Parts: sequence; C-alpha cells; structure tokens
Amino acid sequence: MRKYILKRLLQSVVILFFVAFIIYALMRCLPTSYIEAMARQKSMQAGSKSYEEWMEQLTVMYNMDGSIVSGYFKWLGQMLTGNFGDSWRWTVPVLQKFNDTVWLSFVMGLISFILEILIAVPLGIIAATKQYSKTDYTISVIALAGISLPTFFFASLLKLVFSVKLGWFDLYGLVGRSYDQLSAFGQIMDKANHLVLPIITLVVVSMGGLMRYTRTNMLEVLNADYIRTARAKGLSERKVIYHHAFRNTLIPIVTIIGGSLPGLFSGALITETLFGIPGIGFASYYSMVAGDIPFSMFFMVFTAILTLLGNLIADILYAVVDPRVRIA
Amino acid sequence: MDELKDRMDPQTNENVQEEQYSLSDDRRVKVLSPGALVAKRFFRNRLAVTGMVILVIMFAFSFIGGLLSPYDQDQKFYRVDSQAKDYAGIVYNDEYRYTVGDADLFKSSVYAQALKAIITDNKAFEYNGVNYTLEKLEDEVYTVSSGGKVVGIASKELVNSSTQDKLSFDFTLAAFQAQADGKKSFEADGKTFKLDDDDVITDESGTEVAYISKYIVRAVMSDVFFTREFKNDLIAAVENGEKSFKYTSEDGVEAEYILKFDADTNSYDVKQEIDTKVFDTYSAPSKAHWLGTDRNGMDMLTRLMYGGRISLMIGFIVVFLESFLGIIMGGISGYFGGWIDGLIMRIVDIFYCIPSMPIIIIIGAAMDAANVPSLTRMIYLMLILGFLGWAGVARLVRGQILSLREQEFMTATEACGIAPSRRIFRHLIPNVMPQLIVYMTMGLGETIILEATLSFLGLGVRFPFASWGNIINDVNDTFVLTNYWFIWIPAGLLLLTTVLAFNIVGDGLRDAFDPKMKR
Repeated sequence: MRKYILKRLLQSVVILFFVAFIIYALMRCLPTSYIEAMARQKSMQAGSKSYEEWMEQLTVMYNMDGSIVSGYFKWLGQMLTGNFGDSWRWTVPVLQKFNDTVWLSFVMGLISFILEILIAVPLGIIAATKQYSKTDYTISVIALAGISLPTFFFASLLKLVFSVKLGWFDLYGLVGRSYDQLSAFGQIMDKANHLVLPIITLVVVSMGGLMRYTRTNMLEVLNADYIRTARAKGLSERKVIYHHAFRNTLIPIVTIIGGSLPGLFSGALITETLFGIPGIGFASYYSMVAGDIPFSMFFMVFTAILTLLGNLIADILYAVVDPRVRIA
Repeated sequence: MDELKDRMDPQTNENVQEEQYSLSDDRRVKVLSPGALVAKRFFRNRLAVTGMVILVIMFAFSFIGGLLSPYDQDQKFYRVDSQAKDYAGIVYNDEYRYTVGDADLFKSSVYAQALKAIITDNKAFEYNGVNYTLEKLEDEVYTVSSGGKVVGIASKELVNSSTQDKLSFDFTLAAFQAQADGKKSFEADGKTFKLDDDDVITDESGTEVAYISKYIVRAVMSDVFFTREFKNDLIAAVENGEKSFKYTSEDGVEAEYILKFDADTNSYDVKQEIDTKVFDTYSAPSKAHWLGTDRNGMDMLTRLMYGGRISLMIGFIVVFLESFLGIIMGGISGYFGGWIDGLIMRIVDIFYCIPSMPIIIIIGAAMDAANVPSLTRMIYLMLILGFLGWAGVARLVRGQILSLREQEFMTATEACGIAPSRRIFRHLIPNVMPQLIVYMTMGLGETIILEATLSFLGLGVRFPFASWGNIINDVNDTFVLTNYWFIWIPAGLLLLTTVLAFNIVGDGLRDAFDPKMKR
C-alpha cells in the first residue's frame, strides 16, 4: 500500500511539472498582458517616461525577460521555496490573498457539499428501490434537470425571485449595507444571509450527478446475489434495503465523496462571480481577466494539485473501504 | 353474431397463416438485428422518446425557424420617439425699456428721471445740471432729447432684430417715428426700409430685418430662424394662455410646441417636441415581435433561432473534434499497449489535470484584448474546447478496447491476417460505439452549457453572432434582470430544455444499449 501511494505521488509530481509548464507557457504566450496595460497607464501620467521605457523596466521588474523555459524554472525554483510572488491585480502577496479568500470558499463549499449529500444520496436510493415507478422518473428528471441547469441562468432566476420580487436577499456581495453597525452575532447572520442564494445554486446544480451515481450503484447492488440471498432468507424488505444493500452502496459513494473533498478548496468560480462573493473563485476570475500571472498561475497549479489529490484519495479509499479490491 | 364473426375473421385468418409454418421454420421466429433491438428498447422508454421529440423540435426551431422568420438575425428595428428640446424663449415686456443713443447723456441714472417724467406727464426734466426734454411719439413710446438731439428712447414696445445683427439707434428711432406717423417706409443708415401692418420691418429686397412688438422671441439655438407665422402663432398662444400649440413649418415638418411659464423671469420657455427615430430597444412582446426586441433593437425570437443554430453547431463540432482526437489516441493506446499506452495515458493524465475553465477564461480575455474578430473567435473557441476535452474520450475508448482485445473475435481477426488499422477501426471501434454514443450525447449537453457560460461571461461567442449564452448575457445589467424577463428567460429555458433533452436521450440510449437491462 505504501509503495502504491509513493508511486502515485511520484507520478503526480511529474504530471504536475508538465501541467504547470503548459499553463506557464500559455500565460507567457498571451498577446497582451497586465504589464502592457500598466506601462500604458504609467506613460500617460504627466512628466512620465515613454511607454517603451516603462515596458522595459516593468518587464525586468516582473521577471518577464528571458525565455519561457528559463522563466518557468525560475518560477519553479521560487515556488519550491514557498515564494509565489505578489499578485499584480490585488497588489498583495499571492499567499496572503489566497489565505484571505480560500476559507470563505471552503465554508461555502462545505455547507453545500453536506446539503448535497443529505439530499442526493437518500433520493438516489429511493429512486433505485422503486425503479420505473413515478417516483423514480420524477427523481431521475430532477437529477437530470440539475445537471442540465446552466449555473448562471439558475442564479439569475433565484436573484429575480428572491432578491428582486420578494426582497429577501441582496443581489450582490457578502455583507449588507449596515454590516459595520451590527453586533458580532449580527455580522455572522448577515454573512450567512448573503450566502443562502449561492449555496442553493451550488447544491441544485451539483446534486444531480451524485443522485444519479447513487441510483446506478444501488441498482447494481440490488441485482447482486447476496441481496437475493437476503430476501430468500426471508428478511424484511426494510432490512434488505437499509441494512444489506445500503452498506454496499456506500462503498462507491464514500469513494467519490472522499475524492471530491479537495475540490472544496478550489472555490466556485461562476457562482462566486455572479453573486459577488469574495472567495477564491471570484479572486481568481478577476486575476485571470486582468492577466495577473502570479495569482492565476498559483490558482491553476493549486487546482491541478487538488484534482490529483482527489483522484489519489478516491483510489486509496476504494481499496480501504472495499476489502475485495487489492492494489497491485 | 354475424358482426362479431366478421370482426374475428382477420385474426383467425392470421392465426391460420402462422400455423402453416413448421416448427423448425426460421420464419416462425421474428429475427431482429442488434440495432433493431436497441431501437426497440429505446422507443419503449417513454422519457427518452420525449427527449428525442424535444430535440427534433429544437433543431426545427433553430435551423428551419431561421428560414421562416420574416426578419434577419441582425436586422435592427426602429421606433419613433418624441423628444422635447429647448427651442425658444418668449418674454412679454410690460415695463419701460430704454434704448440708448448717447451713453454719456442717457445713463441708467437718467432712466428713473425719465420714467418719473412719463408718469407725471412732464414734458421736461433736469438731472445733474443737464436739461432733458421728453416727447411722446405714440402711446408708451417716448423720446428723450438733450440739446436738440435725441439721446434715448423709453418704450414698452421694442424694435427687435430678426437676425443676429444688432440694430443701430438711428434705425430704432426711425422705425418708431414711422410707426407713430403711420408711414409705410422710412430711411435709416442710408437705406430704405418698409414697415407693414404687422409692424414687421423689411429691407428693399424684402427680407425681414426687425419687428416692433411687446414680445421678445429668442431662439435657444443660434442657427434657428423664426418665421413671422411661427412668431404670430407663438404670440397668439401666449395671449390665449395656451399650454401648447402645433405649427407646421414651411418644410412641412409638423411639431408640437410646449409653453412653460417661468415666473422668475416673467418669460415663457418654449420646447419643441420632435419625433426622432431611435432603436426599438427592449420593447415588450407584441404581434410584430413575439418575444420583444433586445438591447440593439433586434427581434428576440429570430435571435433565439439563430442563437440555437450556433449553440447546437458549436456543441456538435466540439464533440466531433474531441471524439475524433479521443478515438485515435485511445484506440492506439489500447490496442498497442506497452510504452505507447504508458505515454499516451500520461498525456491524458496531464490533460485531465489542466483546469480547463480558467484556461478558456484567460484565452477569452486575451482575445478580447487583441480584438479578434467574432468569427475567428468562435473558431478558436471550438478548437480549444475540442482540444481540452479529448482526454475523457481517450480514456473511455482505451478502457473498452483493453477488455475487447482479449475476446475471441479479436483473436479471430488476427488469425485471418487483417491489418492492425483495419482491426482497430473496423472491429474494435464499432464495439466501443455504444458507450461512445452515450458519452457524446451527454457531452453535447455539457459543451452547450460550457459555451453558454463562456458567452454569458462575455468570453465566448460575440455580437453580431447570437448564441443562447450571449443572449442571456444582458441579464448582467440589473435593470434588465428586474424589468425585462422576455430578454433572458426564453433563452435560458431553451438552453435548459435542450441540454435536458440531450441528457435524457443519452440516458435512454445507455439503457437501450445495455443487453442486461430488464426492460
């Protein structure tokens, strides 16, 4: 087992090396950049140097001189010492901005993830036990609708109904207008209030996948021989489903849930941007649009690490939870 | 009984016919090809058939609807909107005003003395050691002279210039004298002028130079010239206390003029209401435009049809691209195995790991900055989406091929000496097709959503092309979100139904392809 994990980790490092290189090369090849915009802006100021001179100075300042390969290794070297540089867009160290934003995204992601599991798993199991009934069809269609729902459209609908028509929530932002005057508890409630719509959006859009996954797995388990044995023994249907079948369905579900845990740190880019929630997705979106290389690089490499970590956790959990699986 | 027998007859005949086959006859058993079996299973699934019908309707809507629609995709509509513009000001003069001929002798301090003399009906007055004589030309028009020379005029009526030129004092004096004497013409500054019954003064060529009236009409815009008729109409409206009046100019332009009294300056502001042609933006649904018009004054329904074309086409092209790449890479990888497999699978791992959404956003923003034309942009978008998405297909194809490779029929092809390329693409790939078709159908929905999300963020398909995503883009404006449901809700619903239909059909196909299925 340890050998397997070690091998996977080494593989991941190699993959990461290439992924980071591709991302870095792509960012360097962009026809325009933050530096150009900055140089243009600076050269506009009265009594300033010319655009070309500013360009030259800023290029050196931001380590953008030299070839892509040497620049990449320079970046890699600094990254390994834990130095990700300063974000251009937010004018603070990348790690500080990351630390400022990631926890909000994590809390939001965790709450919606828990809600998602609480809704999707039971519904998926009910759908499977009543296969081809009206309940099954309804749940299947709901799950498919959740998958098919474009995030931005659903978010806009929620805004129209709950913010505009009913006036229960604000349209944008994490805090209300009177945030500073509120007590500590009031401040938390204010933030919670602003997180309601984003969390609903996240839950509805993401629960469809898990629901279908649960249903498919439950169906497979219900067709298994040991379930027929359990029924033949004369166990009650309740016991068969919730004791024997359910436990076995949990195997793949736990695997997939474990695998999605790292993803909670990567934030929800679209949802956060739409609702103006200053989490990591929001910060990275505006960094990317502004061509902020240090922060975008950091964010994308971070996301890649999370993906690799998620896959690794899923594979390990698969072997841990299911004793039939042996890792070679 | 006979009726019943008649009804029974065809059935019995059929039974008789079936019985004619012997038990070992193949025709006794209806043989279905695997494809027909799949189709049969698929059409038994009511949900999947519904999805199929929805898709057919969507395709008809997008590809045929555009042809039937009376409008073009970027045809702009206009509406006539009336706008009130400041046009003129009119003042009714109710007190004595002074026209100065000699500024040294007729100063503002003399005005009060002159007014006093007018009120007390004195013929002469003295101020600051200078003697002035007052002479009445007519009612409310007096001349003030000193030393036998007219130095100023005090009057309630005024001689107003009709042009931009200032009138000389001599001209004003001569005009008043002519009016008082009832003359039809007078001379001033060496020229002859005519005075008509309306107190309008024209020069020899017949052009109006001035008029005598208690009303002073000013134009707000310096290039506007008022005709006599307009002024008469305006004065009549003021005298009758009307709030507005209509006037048709010589060019035949009819406009409404609105009068507003301003108590501070004792004057009226005149506003002209002109009909201007503007883009028919955000107009509500009507008979001509069933879903209203959008921000640019284009017909919403037509935009939706053309948008559907683009959304569906992008979906198909992208999915085709990624399947093409994926099948080739996955096929090679699965069939040859060994180090080729290892290499290709590591590349797949790398592509799996690349965060595609951020990359597309960055490239979109870069294309924005580089001002890439809309069409090129759309092509790039498809290429990028296809290039980033092939890894999933490759993994699926490889997995399937790995298991199929070990089966007997593949050994048979090898024994027959069929070339490897033929073995892969004629014998292996067709067996991967079922899973692939399901994957592609689901992928279509996903791609359409991805494209719509990008267009919604303004990083995908751009104006003048319409796509369902960039139609909803307008909702970023909170005013549109709040007030114009018909701009974004129909596009969102179309998007939702189409993607849902793709997913339902994909689901139905998966069930139909699965031979272990109960039904």
